[in-house]
Amino acid sequence: MSKTLFDKVWDSHVVRKIEDGPDVFFIDRHFIHEVTSPVAFVGLKSRGIGVMYPEKTFATADHNTPTWNQHLPVADPLSANQLEALANNAAEHGISHWGLGHRNNGIVHIVGPENGITLPGSTIVCGDSHTSTHGAFGAIAFGIGTSEVEMVLSTQCIMQPKPKKMRINVNGKLGFGVTPKDVALYIIAKQTTSGATGYFVEYAGDVFEDMTMEGRMTVCNLSIEMGARGGMIAPDEKTYEYIKGRKHTPKGADWDKAMEYWQTLKTDEGAEFDVEFNYDAADIEPMITYGTNPGMGIGVTQAIPNASDVEGGEATYKKSLGYMKFNEGDDMIGKTVDYVFLGSCTNGRIEDFRAFCSIIEGRQKADNITAWLVPGSHKVVDQIKEEGLDKILEAAGFVLREPGCSACLAMNDDKVPAGKLAVSTSNRNFEGRQGPGSRTLLASPLVAAATAVEGVVTDPRTLINA
Amino acid sequence: MAYDKFEVLTSTAYPLPIENVDTDQIIPARFLKATERKGFGDNFFRDWRYDSEGNPIADFPLNDAKYAGSKILVGGKNFGSGSSREHAAWSVYDFGLRCVISSFFADIFRNNCLNIGVLPVQVSAEFAQKLFDAIEADPKTEITVDLPNQTVTLVATGESESFQINGYKKENMLNGFDDIDYLQNIKEEIASFGETRPF
Repeated sequence: MSKTLFDKVWDSHVVRKIEDGPDVFFIDRHFIHEVTSPVAFVGLKSRGIGVMYPEKTFATADHNTPTWNQHLPVADPLSANQLEALANNAAEHGISHWGLGHRNNGIVHIVGPENGITLPGSTIVCGDSHTSTHGAFGAIAFGIGTSEVEMVLSTQCIMQPKPKKMRINVNGKLGFGVTPKDVALYIIAKQTTSGATGYFVEYAGDVFEDMTMEGRMTVCNLSIEMGARGGMIAPDEKTYEYIKGRKHTPKGADWDKAMEYWQTLKTDEGAEFDVEFNYDAADIEPMITYGTNPGMGIGVTQAIPNASDVEGGEATYKKSLGYMKFNEGDDMIGKTVDYVFLGSCTNGRIEDFRAFCSIIEGRQKADNITAWLVPGSHKVVDQIKEEGLDKILEAAGFVLREPGCSACLAMNDDKVPAGKLAVSTSNRNFEGRQGPGSRTLLASPLVAAATAVEGVVTDPRTLINA
Repeated sequence: MAYDKFEVLTSTAYPLPIENVDTDQIIPARFLKATERKGFGDNFFRDWRYDSEGNPIADFPLNDAKYAGSKILVGGKNFGSGSSREHAAWSVYDFGLRCVISSFFADIFRNNCLNIGVLPVQVSAEFAQKLFDAIEADPKTEITVDLPNQTVTLVATGESESFQINGYKKENMLNGFDDIDYLQNIKEEIASFGETRPF
């Protein structure tokens, strides 16, 4: 029978099917961080049970870490306590731990692939909804709650009903200045913030085939923002090229054997999806959000829609615009911005820093902009330095911070003050997401860079090759 | 963590007819710094319940004395979207609620609720509107959520709708069991499956 990529990976991980219930689903790789794991370890202790496969769990500190002076003790006692709990729990159970200051430390969804932990055909979970990032490698990867973290620690399984299947095809060539982030924001705007709830998405078509692995990670990362549990892309030569030789990637005969399997990981001709959507690359322009969920996005040159032209309740829409202090019909271009944030598991990779630098090179940061540039890992920092991007940033008046989730969720000190407007390359523009009262416009690194030098929302296409 | 059994619940309800309520609203990230499951109810909808000076916003339904003590929350469409933080479900439970009714739930939030003893009840958009209207007309409107029969009923009028839940989860909720109890019992089967995994 013809199977989809998703079927192949899902079905090969079902330990047991429960009648009128979920599947007992085996997890190959488990990432944990300091915020959503401590209570799971408390649970293990209270039940008197241990970790079944410590070698399949990987801990890194990222959500709640400072991005400045990481060599100093963490000032916030609650944050310090969480970091200590992670370190102690990992040590007690024999789990590898990349704490603050470790060479491999960084955002969980960036260091996983960098270290070859993320592999095609594997199942990956983490107590973080952006775990969908790892689907870029042809893995089934999704976010779980803390009860499920406890399940994986104790039995390497969770109990999940199999999601429905959606395929999103984007064909054609992307226009000038249009990035993977724009493709994702475009799809989410079409689907709305809940349109893919209950589905697992496969992304297919020229646009994803042409993308780098970094770009694919950005797209899969944002799958959750339309409600999907996750998104995945069939592995190809680019995938194998990326993972080959990394720390945890199979080597020698194991690699050859794995390659044999990985090459079967594609959707068969005639395999069926519950629903399928087709979009044209030519319709996508650089995107920006204007509201309080990631589905509220438009082309950067467009005006904010009227309530009567959008799906959903008018009261909810007006509450959202009221929070943003925007009006129906406003142009986005030219809005004065206070903060620019480049980073997060969505856009904190080397390619994102290259894109940012391509715009700011030879220009200067606008005086009204506070910029936070936060690489996703120490490896990304190293690469930035190797390529001399740090010099370009410095010359333009920007400062690089140290790796972490930072202003994406503002658990640390990187908080956008109340009322201030930020253009952010992260993944969520919810009320208060970047700090109580903060207002967020989600966009690509190119839009962020153009805005950072102009001080107002700017179409990056007006600055490229200027 | 075990929780109290859920069978039949009759209660008034807090109305929250806003769509796309995300888990960052249910519990903002700055309150996720605990290492134990304690005190999340205090920060349930923190930034909608309190102004920037920390004063309660009197007309926000969760602060409104008319609804105080309700064990049910009726939320707008797409309730619980965004972050996977189980703290959101904990804050629902710790605030004193055992059931959230909505015409549509986000996946992870729904799962998290089921894992900790909060029953997510999905009803039709029409029935959800009926509940909002009834609560608006009379804040003391009582709703009965009957898990064994899988029905939700407006007590005063008897208007009722059935809801879905898979048999396995239903049994768990009725008995206060969680998935870890189940998984612990089939560990040998999992171990032999684990041996077949190549990486």
